[in-house]
Amino acid sequence: MNAVTTPTHAMKMGDLTRKDVEHTDEVAMRVENLDLYYGESHALKRVNMTIPRNRVTAIIGPSGCGKSTLLRCFNRMNDLVDACRVEGKILLDGKNVYDPDVNVALLRRRVGMVFQKPNPFPKTIYENVAYGLRIIGVNDKKVLDETVEKSLRGAALWDEVKDRLSESGLSLSGGQQQRLVIARAVALEPEVLLLDEPASALDPISTAKLEELINELKDKYTIVIVTHNMQQAARISDFTAFMYLGELIEFGKTDTLFIKPGQKQTEDYITGRFG
Amino acid sequence: MRNWFKGGEPWIWMTGGAVALSLLAVYGVVWMTAAQGLGHWWPKPLVETTITAPDGSSQRVVGELRDSEEISLHRLRESGYTIDSKDKYTSRYLFKQGNRDVYGIDFKWIPAPLLSEFKYPKDVISIERHEWGSFFGYLKSVKENRKVVAEGAAAWAEVQKRLLRSNELFDEILSIEKHDIGKVNYQLERLRLKQRKLELKGDLTEAVQAEIDEERAIYDAQFAKLKSRLDALRAENQRDSLTAEVQDGKVIEIPFAKIADVIQPNDMSVIQKVGYYLTKFYEFIVDDPREANTEGGIFPAIFGTVMMVLLMAAMVTPLGIMAAVYMREYAKQGPLIRVLRISVNNLAGVPSIVYGVFGLGFFVYFLGGNIDALFFPEAHPAPVFGSPGILWSSLTLALLTLPVVIVATEEGLSRVPRSIREGSLALGATKAETLWRTVLPIASPAMMTGLILAVARAAGEVAPLMLVGVVKLAPSLPLDLNFPFLHLERKFMHLGFHIYDVGFQSPNVEAARPLVYATSLLLVIIIIVLNMFAIRLRNRLRETMRGLEGV
Repeated sequence: MNAVTTPTHAMKMGDLTRKDVEHTDEVAMRVENLDLYYGESHALKRVNMTIPRNRVTAIIGPSGCGKSTLLRCFNRMNDLVDACRVEGKILLDGKNVYDPDVNVALLRRRVGMVFQKPNPFPKTIYENVAYGLRIIGVNDKKVLDETVEKSLRGAALWDEVKDRLSESGLSLSGGQQQRLVIARAVALEPEVLLLDEPASALDPISTAKLEELINELKDKYTIVIVTHNMQQAARISDFTAFMYLGELIEFGKTDTLFIKPGQKQTEDYITGRFG
Repeated sequence: MRNWFKGGEPWIWMTGGAVALSLLAVYGVVWMTAAQGLGHWWPKPLVETTITAPDGSSQRVVGELRDSEEISLHRLRESGYTIDSKDKYTSRYLFKQGNRDVYGIDFKWIPAPLLSEFKYPKDVISIERHEWGSFFGYLKSVKENRKVVAEGAAAWAEVQKRLLRSNELFDEILSIEKHDIGKVNYQLERLRLKQRKLELKGDLTEAVQAEIDEERAIYDAQFAKLKSRLDALRAENQRDSLTAEVQDGKVIEIPFAKIADVIQPNDMSVIQKVGYYLTKFYEFIVDDPREANTEGGIFPAIFGTVMMVLLMAAMVTPLGIMAAVYMREYAKQGPLIRVLRISVNNLAGVPSIVYGVFGLGFFVYFLGGNIDALFFPEAHPAPVFGSPGILWSSLTLALLTLPVVIVATEEGLSRVPRSIREGSLALGATKAETLWRTVLPIASPAMMTGLILAVARAAGEVAPLMLVGVVKLAPSLPLDLNFPFLHLERKFMHLGFHIYDVGFQSPNVEAARPLVYATSLLLVIIIIVLNMFAIRLRNRLRETMRGLEGV
């Protein structure tokens, strides 16, 4: 199996194999009646939304509104939290990712994630990018070399690190580390890329580079980005979801939402009256 | 004054003082063992003087001056000396007069007022013998086949020449005794066990018996050949001897076969002394012990210590790491795991001798006894694994150090940032893959810390070993050239026990005292070396983690 040149959907994905009917659909993922509880507290309430394919969807909202929680539902990272309980569905190609027969590892290969703080492994730059491939058993040097270069180019990092691939990923600057982490996720050719406030730990220049990168990436990937920064959401996203206290208040085209918000709460937040 | 207290100055002094005290203690230990132990091989001058006997006559005394102390004349008089002096105190000297075979005792305190002037005659010789300790005296003649070949001044050169020849013979004899005959004996024993095993199974056909007999005949012939060669060498080595006069004028004859080394300590230059010192120090490290461990080297003890520690490390590391991984990564963090953790921590506080008792009861008698009954019935009634040995010793110490490794590894695992684990999981790695590829490598410096602590503790532990495997004198090393090379059932020697044995169980405590210090120093050095090695390894591992928060 050549995991690199073959698109992801050709991989054996078990029940998550992409259905060609859905493939033509403009919807990458769909959230249906999602409720999430942390123990007693109700963190997400009846969330319904769609994630359009090959678009950037931003999720905005004040701290604690559940936007990161929602994002972590898409690749089931919330499974790691002991007291977390999810009701409702998240559909990826018509298959509920919360079905008991879903292989979570396979799901996460299709739905990649980049975290708030850059978290490269204490390995070389090369090994960081090759990590996901090694997990699925790709050890062919040539394939790895190609993928590493392609992914690093894809993450706009290649020119900066091509001569120091054997140095530790931790030796890079914060912005470079974040792009390395993106390259690491991109190496698996996921369909959806989840970005959890990826620029919050970066300086303005690195942030600008990152935004540029996101803009490039949307040609190939569906991107969901959680951000604190409304200007950023306005700059880079095609669609925006506004969340408040665990509820999805409004979801729509970014232009519309920012210029003519349909809800009072959205308007208040956007204009800075709270949040 | 109050302001001085308020300003925190006293704390700085107190804490600084604590550091200074700790440093002093550490260097004090090393310095004292070094100072007391390292002087042992330096050739000491031989003093010639006379002692006035109670009847007024005087006797010659020849020996090494080892010590001196102040003593009240009153006490001396009470113990039978008649000393004519008005002082209250005087000093007395400790002489090593050697010649244990002649006088019975090596060391003697002599009150200073009874002694005449100290002289250092150049021609007095000091002989290091294979038995009976040192000999001090005046060289008279050298004999070959009981005929004098050199006398007086010419004798010294002759001694050195013949000593060289005798030492070569001695080495050859030793090598045959230790290696060649040891090998033949090992094979003969193997044959005996093989025959007995077949006998027990009822498979001992005549053909097999004949085969075994044939093989045995070969080894018997080899043995006979070696024996005759040995006898010839021994006879050869009896050829030369020397005669020397001891302090009271008696002339003693010593065959060269019994001499390890001869020097004229009062006639040596500093360079010669340094050379002699280095040779002796080298011999101390690479030779086997002699004379109830008070002479010779300590190689088997060094070897045993290091090997036992390495075996221990090889056993405790995987076990401790696996236990820690389960407790930290897989087990549900509830009251049960808390109780388990407390138990593990308390296990570290159990006195080591208790582990020894457990090791003897469980490992040696129960496990070892059953292994013998199951796999080595042919050796019965002699135990194989059913008696203390290096395997059981290292296992016992592995148990002893297990909590240290578990605690350190758990600590390391808990410090692996959550973000790294999530990063790996988000790439489609399973929990096991994340653990194996990311978490464990990051926690590896902490594991090394655990191992370092374990090694430091295990290398210095003596009490439990006395029950489960250490002996005063092991006839063979646990690792040799006889198949299967590693003999885990064998007993072994250990530096810690050696110190105890030499210092407190030896027939000649005074002579052994510097060896106690020297051996201690060596034990400390070995532990430091083992630790340094592990620390270097840990630093290399840490280097790859540089930049990772919290590690």
